[in-house]
Amino acid sequence: MNMSGLFVVFKKELCDHFSSYRFVILFALIAMVSFITSYMAGLHMKGNLEALAKTRFPFLMLFSSPGALFSMIQFVAFFGPLIGLILGFDSINRERAQGTLIKLVSQPIYRDAVINGKFLAGVATISVLLVSVVLVISGFGLALVGVVPGVEEIWRLLIYVLISIFYISFWLGISILFSIFFKGIATSALASVALWIFLSFFVSLGAEVAANAVAPADSKNQTKPELIVKNMRIKETVSLSSPMVLYSKATETIINPMRKTTGSFIMMGPMEELLSSRFQNPLTLGQSMIVVFPHITTLIAITLICFAISYLVFIKQEIRT
Amino acid sequence: MDADTIIETVNLTKKYKQYEAVSNLNLKVKEGEIFGFLGPNGAGKSTTLLMLLGLSQPSGGSAKICGLDPLRKAKEVKRVVGYLPENVGFYSDLDAVQSLEYVASLNGIQKNKIAEKTDELLELVGITQDAHKKIGAFSRGMKQRLGIAEVLIKEPSILFLDELTLGLDPEGALRLIDLIHSLNLDRKITVLLCSHNLHQVQRISNRVGIMLNGKMIAEGSIDSLAKEKFGVGETEYSLEEIYMKYFQEV
Repeated sequence: MNMSGLFVVFKKELCDHFSSYRFVILFALIAMVSFITSYMAGLHMKGNLEALAKTRFPFLMLFSSPGALFSMIQFVAFFGPLIGLILGFDSINRERAQGTLIKLVSQPIYRDAVINGKFLAGVATISVLLVSVVLVISGFGLALVGVVPGVEEIWRLLIYVLISIFYISFWLGISILFSIFFKGIATSALASVALWIFLSFFVSLGAEVAANAVAPADSKNQTKPELIVKNMRIKETVSLSSPMVLYSKATETIINPMRKTTGSFIMMGPMEELLSSRFQNPLTLGQSMIVVFPHITTLIAITLICFAISYLVFIKQEIRT
Repeated sequence: MDADTIIETVNLTKKYKQYEAVSNLNLKVKEGEIFGFLGPNGAGKSTTLLMLLGLSQPSGGSAKICGLDPLRKAKEVKRVVGYLPENVGFYSDLDAVQSLEYVASLNGIQKNKIAEKTDELLELVGITQDAHKKIGAFSRGMKQRLGIAEVLIKEPSILFLDELTLGLDPEGALRLIDLIHSLNLDRKITVLLCSHNLHQVQRISNRVGIMLNGKMIAEGSIDSLAKEKFGVGETEYSLEEIYMKYFQEV
């Protein structure tokens, strides 16, 4: 397999990303928000040193504990998709508009080298961005809190970064797909943002509406635990169609070893509560992975499916300009 | 396929739903020839070029470029064919040297040869002075010259030129046409020249083909077409008059 065409396109795209103003602005914005978030979390941790001493994984709290408004994990879950969207919304239609796409595909390279090179360069940019932000926060946390991360904490951080790369790459794939479908750059940008808003914000509302329609859990029915459980199950199942929910549940469980389930609602009897409080040990990394395995595999699968659709549409499309 | 035939199509057809863009096109272009590919807008010239490059799948018939099937051996065909499309685009943030280096890399040219080839080609097309100027600041004529340098970097056997002189001033267009003629003579490059400027085509073409509504309505040397329509040679009639005669009849 000749990879030279793919490598040349990849190199050019990577250069374009790193030298573009949009990347510099995006990087500055994300670094600034991450920096403030971790600073607030660090201050919060400093003020509660006594409680911190009892915590088994204080370093990870830099990423999971909300400072003033939100934690680093919540920030990436909400605004991480914008990185993917901004990197890809004009990747194909811009080439088409400026007449370089026909020039590119008339060179002796396989056509898939163009789409693969663009996607891989986007993924590499996202990886560089996330790794550097996590490293900056880690270094900053070390200086502020003075806690050295353990081996398991480093592994958990690595897995967190990997999940985040797949999550943002899913949105990169979506924006590349729209840039193939729509000839207008503004149209593809608008479609990408509309889908992001729908999947990230409206699915949760839709889940609530669907759950209340099927199993209404109002104040009169609160005495019926079965109905409440049914309502919550429907809500959680529908919510899982949102990549943001999948990502949030997966990363919160990975970063917080004390979290033993991805579910947000647990019904316990008094004896179960007593039993649970006597065994307040954190999960091992392997156990956390088992809890979120379906979420991680689903995230990877939707990212690959999204890219595969972009790939097929691009390969089948006739390029005249 | 004859030994000296470098481009051949047999009943080449392209349909878009009910619309037939190219209909049973039979074309033969000999090695070292400049073939003027004429016709009004929408006649099917560009679609034919795309099919010959393997960028568009024919609905029927077959094509051969240097004995290669463009559909099955698209990469090999694109290695021997340099294509300069109508309204060719450039990355405006690159300079001429960077643009040429990028195209050279896509063509798999060895790194140590790229600089030498780039200098040689920039000199050939006459933009050495502006080699490090951003392409965004280039005039249309300079862009077309750079486009020619880009297609020549792979040392092609065939050039597909689609509306090469569109939007250029007469002097610039003439210089470009002369450049193509000299490339054909010096490097023995076969040229398929799509153009609406019949005067320029007549100046350098060995043979012409006239397409209308996807069909080839006339093909041959300008002299033979003039004899067929007017009974006299090309010295008596211009290509424009011959073209209009065919056009009016159809």
